[in-house]
Amino acid sequence: MRQEWQGFVGGKWEREIDVREFILKNYEPYEGDGSFLAGPTKNTTDLWAQVTELNEKEREAGGVLDMDTRVISTITSHKAAYLDKEKETIVGFQTDKPFKRALQPYGGIRMAVKACKENGYEVDPEIVEFFTTHRKTHNAGVFDAYTPEMRAARSSHIITGLPDAYGRGRIIGDYRRVALYGVDYLIQEKEAQKASTRTIMYSDVIRNREELSEQIRALHELKALAEIYELDISQPASNVQEAIQAVYFGYLAAVKEQNGAAMSLGRTSTFLDIYAARDLKNGVFTEEQIQEFVDHFIMKLRLVKFARTPEYNSLFSGDPTWVTESIGGVGIDGRPLVTKMSFRYLHTLENLGPAPEPNMTVLWSTRLPLNFKRFCAEMSIKTSSIQYENDDLMRVTHGDDYAIACCVSSMRIGKEMQFFGARANLAKCLLYAINGGVDEITKKQVGPKYRPITSEYLDYDEVMEKYHDMMRWLARLYVNTLNIIHYMHDKYCYERLQMALHDKDVKRYFATGIAGLSVVADSLSAIKYAKVKAIRDEDGIVVDYQVEGDFPKYGNNDDRVDDIARDLVHDFMQMIRGNHTYRGGVPTMSILTITSNVVYGKHTGNTPDGRRQGQPLAPGANPMHGRDKNGAVASLSSVAKISFKDAQDGISNTFSIVPSALGKDDQIFVGDLEVELSDGMEAVLTEGSGCEAGSCAIPNLEEGLDRE
Amino acid sequence: MTEEKGSPVGRIHSIETYGTVDGPGVRFVVFFQGCPMRCLYCHNPDTWDPKGGRQADVEELLAQYEKSREYYRNGGLTVTGGEPMMQLEFLTALFEEAGKRGIHTCLDTSGICFREEDPLFMEQMDRLAKATDLVMLDIKHIEDGAHRRLTGHSNSPVLAFARYLDRRGVRMWIRHVVAEGYTTDAESLEALGYFIGGLKMVKALDVLPYHSMGKSKYESLGMAYPLKDLPDLPKERAVRAKEQILKGIRRKRAEG
Repeated sequence: MRQEWQGFVGGKWEREIDVREFILKNYEPYEGDGSFLAGPTKNTTDLWAQVTELNEKEREAGGVLDMDTRVISTITSHKAAYLDKEKETIVGFQTDKPFKRALQPYGGIRMAVKACKENGYEVDPEIVEFFTTHRKTHNAGVFDAYTPEMRAARSSHIITGLPDAYGRGRIIGDYRRVALYGVDYLIQEKEAQKASTRTIMYSDVIRNREELSEQIRALHELKALAEIYELDISQPASNVQEAIQAVYFGYLAAVKEQNGAAMSLGRTSTFLDIYAARDLKNGVFTEEQIQEFVDHFIMKLRLVKFARTPEYNSLFSGDPTWVTESIGGVGIDGRPLVTKMSFRYLHTLENLGPAPEPNMTVLWSTRLPLNFKRFCAEMSIKTSSIQYENDDLMRVTHGDDYAIACCVSSMRIGKEMQFFGARANLAKCLLYAINGGVDEITKKQVGPKYRPITSEYLDYDEVMEKYHDMMRWLARLYVNTLNIIHYMHDKYCYERLQMALHDKDVKRYFATGIAGLSVVADSLSAIKYAKVKAIRDEDGIVVDYQVEGDFPKYGNNDDRVDDIARDLVHDFMQMIRGNHTYRGGVPTMSILTITSNVVYGKHTGNTPDGRRQGQPLAPGANPMHGRDKNGAVASLSSVAKISFKDAQDGISNTFSIVPSALGKDDQIFVGDLEVELSDGMEAVLTEGSGCEAGSCAIPNLEEGLDRE
Repeated sequence: MTEEKGSPVGRIHSIETYGTVDGPGVRFVVFFQGCPMRCLYCHNPDTWDPKGGRQADVEELLAQYEKSREYYRNGGLTVTGGEPMMQLEFLTALFEEAGKRGIHTCLDTSGICFREEDPLFMEQMDRLAKATDLVMLDIKHIEDGAHRRLTGHSNSPVLAFARYLDRRGVRMWIRHVVAEGYTTDAESLEALGYFIGGLKMVKALDVLPYHSMGKSKYESLGMAYPLKDLPDLPKERAVRAKEQILKGIRRKRAEG
């Protein structure tokens, strides 16, 4: 066994890349509580104070502190940068100084220029000239291939948020490989893959060879990146600090290359715990030191920044980077994948304070250790900074070594990737069905010239028939648009480094998405269960609807309308599946408009459910605002009827709740009366507590978990 | 409305499928329509009118419960209002049927409808007590005069109800709303505690700090809000009130 691996249980992972096997053979599940955790060191506190000050300055400067306008970001483009070299245990920034945003034009020079300009910077004209005349970008490639129909659908917003002007993101490199194997071995493996491609030069073989060459080049650059910081990652990491650093360099190289819509980290905590446990056992590092490495690592992830335009930020409500890290979950052997490192990651929310990034995502299972559940609940109450996703549901499809990209896209790390695919606006599609493809706002013929509905009152069967025709058109156009986008992204903005941290043959998910589900469900319900009168303008285009009578609304656990929503998702998914996808991508769908629903609503006319033009659509699979009248369980139950198989890329239901509605405040609610009384007057107690069967238990979130 | 033959019918105001503060665990909360009390701080004045709300029957309510049953594994059904005991028969039928289905039942009441002197009432009451797993009894004020000023009614049925439940062995949580100037005097709080201290079935004490969130409801109903200048009770006042009540409980217990 290699010297760096001494103390590990060996296996197949020694001979071929298999991080999962390494984890399962070596990790120690942790069932204890958080009492072992260490607070922040002086260095951590000092560094974080520095970051806080820079954050403040950045805010004062209007959101951006500095931008690179001359140096095109590559893995090795910048010299080393530090907050305080003496104090940082994990190093590396995207550019030559913290908080300076990199120039990343490969997705589209226009977007890069715009991002600078709107923040008060100007990209070096020579660079603009170069990327306009000499080196094509992804964005330019896409627009060369778009059909007039695609352009029309894009500008009318029936298809929205397409990644055709910027990096698509949503690909997770297996950054753990850098730590476990060292870059030299990864290069050697990729060389072997290249040597074993098929020998007749079909275009896919040529592409494959070229991509592998690019991947190898990226790996060499990754090694060079470490050298810039006077470190060597050519060999496997030999302790936890080196392992964290190696994982981080892998991730840093990816974000230096790609300004992706979501640049997620993967599932690193339990992997790294194996190193931490070995170091603790051998007395190499103390708990305090290990927590310090983790704090510094997380601090770096919080400082990942991209140059983006204000429009982009308004679409996503903020400046998100989606550095999602998946924590916990349960192995297929039944053991929870929770380790001390899972606690340490979450503990950074206390050592450094709450933050939205990295997006800590707990893969929740009913079988997680109770102490971990309690710890999560406690941290959630304290920091409101943890995302939870259903591991019991996703494990069935993705096994036990998957991670989340962005907010919900799940994929096996290093084995599956995703072509990110924006959204089709199903609400607008319904209006097109009614108006025979004429846009209700611009009055242009955007969709096919199908026969419009001409009756005064809308007939459910007629509307459904026409709607299905229009959905079929939309699905085809949408998938074809995405085909162009991903073809061009591979060609002009290929994720060399991230794909170098994947297997040779990867499964590609072809992600699509929909917006406006609840609007459509309620509209169809209104047409079916109430009477909906169409109101037409002078040209006979339906511009408004009058609803007479009441109708069931999605979000109340009422099958009459929930079934409409469920069928809609299923039908559209089937229509998507009926199309050819680029590189054999496996179609998936998400219902996740999170915040962009506001923008989509702006471009959608009046709808038959009574929603007015311009009003936001509900986010994701949410019921329309205020229409769910029976509380959260009924609302969630409606959403839960949508089949995961039809929306494998994620179904979101955003709901907020005031903390006091989650349970009683234990300072004023006395659940165990006898105990409380005994605090003051022990001698007085005359009888037992009498609390059986949980009927007088304190109803708060943490307690609720105990009895799950 | 799915009004099935034979299934008792009542009037409800609304349903909350995710109740976390009205009894143990996550609960399916049914708000009954109608209330005789006119508490100054009431935050649900839209539940007062016994003719308001909508009709619902036992079958319908429980069917809705069953649909999301797994959410309520550690919780159950809570009936609140309004004053649920205004519809005693309907309430009893609902709880009896819930009991048959293994659903934990919790009644949130002011106890104001209790009529110990009425044998017919008591017959029905005994049935209800048998079908109820937990009563959350909201004692508005321990002093009768103050209770009258606050609610428009004497508190003697309320206290009689508490003693009755205690005799019957029904588990109780005592709720008490604390509003500055109305229910904050130390003496009354301690007296309340002293009373509670004599009830062996009291399992929890829930001090509810007054909040003004009901105000907008009054506005939308075109009603004057009686406590329009009263600020929300700060948490530390609620904690102090709790301590004062506990003091009374201890005193009573010390006397044995």
